Amino acid sequence: MRRAQVADRLATVFFWLAGLTILAILAWFLFYVLARGLPHLTWKFLTSPPKSVEAGGGIAPQLFNSFYILLLSLIFSVPVGVGAGIYLSEYARPSRLTHLIRLSAESLASVPSIVLGLFGMVIFVNILGLGFTIIGGALTLALLNLPLLVRVTEEALRAVPQSYREASLALGATKWQTIRKVVLPAALPGLLTGVTLTSGRALGETAVLIFTAGTSTSRYLFDFNPLAAGETLAVHLWYVKSNPIVPDADTIAAASAALLVLVVLVCNFLIGIPGRVLHQRNTGNARKNKR
Amino acid sequence: MTEKGTSSPGMSRALFYDRYVRYIFIASAFLLSITILFIVLFISRDGLKTFTQVKLTEFFFSTEWDPANNKFGAGVFIFGSFAVTLIALLVGGPLGLAAAVFMAKIAPSWMRAILRPATDLFVAIPSVVYGWIGLSVFVPFIRDKVGGSGYGLLAAGIILGIMILPTVITISEDSLRSLPKTLEEASLALGATRWQTIRRVLIPAAGPGILTAFILAMARAIGETMAVQMVIGNLPRLPASLVSPTATLTSNIVLEMGNAPYGSVWSNALFAMALVLLLLSLILILLVRRIARREEEVR
Repeated sequence: MRRAQVADRLATVFFWLAGLTILAILAWFLFYVLARGLPHLTWKFLTSPPKSVEAGGGIAPQLFNSFYILLLSLIFSVPVGVGAGIYLSEYARPSRLTHLIRLSAESLASVPSIVLGLFGMVIFVNILGLGFTIIGGALTLALLNLPLLVRVTEEALRAVPQSYREASLALGATKWQTIRKVVLPAALPGLLTGVTLTSGRALGETAVLIFTAGTSTSRYLFDFNPLAAGETLAVHLWYVKSNPIVPDADTIAAASAALLVLVVLVCNFLIGIPGRVLHQRNTGNARKNKR
Repeated sequence: MTEKGTSSPGMSRALFYDRYVRYIFIASAFLLSITILFIVLFISRDGLKTFTQVKLTEFFFSTEWDPANNKFGAGVFIFGSFAVTLIALLVGGPLGLAAAVFMAKIAPSWMRAILRPATDLFVAIPSVVYGWIGLSVFVPFIRDKVGGSGYGLLAAGIILGIMILPTVITISEDSLRSLPKTLEEASLALGATRWQTIRRVLIPAAGPGILTAFILAMARAIGETMAVQMVIGNLPRLPASLVSPTATLTSNIVLEMGNAPYGSVWSNALFAMALVLLLLSLILILLVRRIARREEEVR
């Protein structure tokens, strides 16, 4: 019995160490990225265009493209994602069709992002012949967002108590009136958190965009033309490190990494920490919340 | 809710909307199925063309990749993808599982309140930032302490191991937490220590969930692109050691797709590599579903 107790103590120490290691890795990563990048994150860097061969270029067009592509991708993916989420939560009964749709959502969530990127490239660059464009990048990115949006919508709607629906239906409202006037408003906070999370993830996405939005930017600083090339910040970070032509590639990369991490931190903390939602993306299955 | 006896125009309009609006939702949901179908179709269309000019056995087993001389053996990349995934599981699997046990059974609630958002942040950090950290911290460190160029399977495996931590942690934790409380109580009542209970009762009972966690972690590791591409070294040859440059399926697609003219055998071979990735991830998802279904039958 003594030995068992010693082993138990040791195991407890071991598990504490594992937990602390996780925290230490994260703290170190965040500290490293911010410490390396923040000193270079000046107003001038954020607002000036990049330079092709000499040092001192900024990231203004990339920053603009990141948010523009995100916005466009949300315009496409939010209605479809929310619609599919409403279907799965409010209408779907266990049937072949429902099974197929769930399987599709899980499969879509598991497609490696580079494969999605190639799919977008075939459609927009090769078949439609548009070249590398903001719209091509945004639509491909929308495919990446879709399964996540479906999941957060379904979860947010399921979290609304059944009694709300029953009360509304008992008052004579139709199902659609119930969804629109009762369920959706009640689920709105959850939906907004979900969309924020999706945005944070989309802003950092790279592999999907390299061969759809490209690695160059428009000549004009704030080019709203959706057919312009649209290198984003995350792609830019990768590109300057893989093709270091500018002499200050290291500082540009460090500052871009810090900026990306800052955006992620803002998305995760200022808007609230919608933990379970993000977890479900990883689990890839539509288990209901246990807590 | 029948239409009979509704005379007011407002009501009949409401019923009209109620009847047809659901088709919009069904269509949205169905769009998911159409999308995945199209992805499989388009990637296979270009990928399968490869095999009109490259033998199936050459593609999968030859390690000679030299597009300029019409050699399209993807063996190196397939090996590289599986090797980094294995290292990632060795690095992230045990640590993630230990952290999951800690969070589910040992950590006090304040510690859990810190660890849960921390786990979320691991997911939220963009993969290109992981790659950049790997490039500026891990590669020089490995070069100095272990040797070689620093680029290679080891650097990629460690970075991936960290990236899969949240997947392993959250799914394993969920499955440990969803075990019936009686299992634990029975074991403790028999005089077992907490460690004995964890090792002999809880972890075996949560086995299918933990397996699911590892499979999904594997799916994430094998499909990860940017972080791997930045630290793997990008040489299409079998690595002599863990610290010599090599390549994976994903890294080579990113590296060469920009140069391969669309429609050429070279480009098609890259699509065939994407097809391998796509099929692997679909197989892993089906595997996970199968485990989940068997679980439901047992309960």
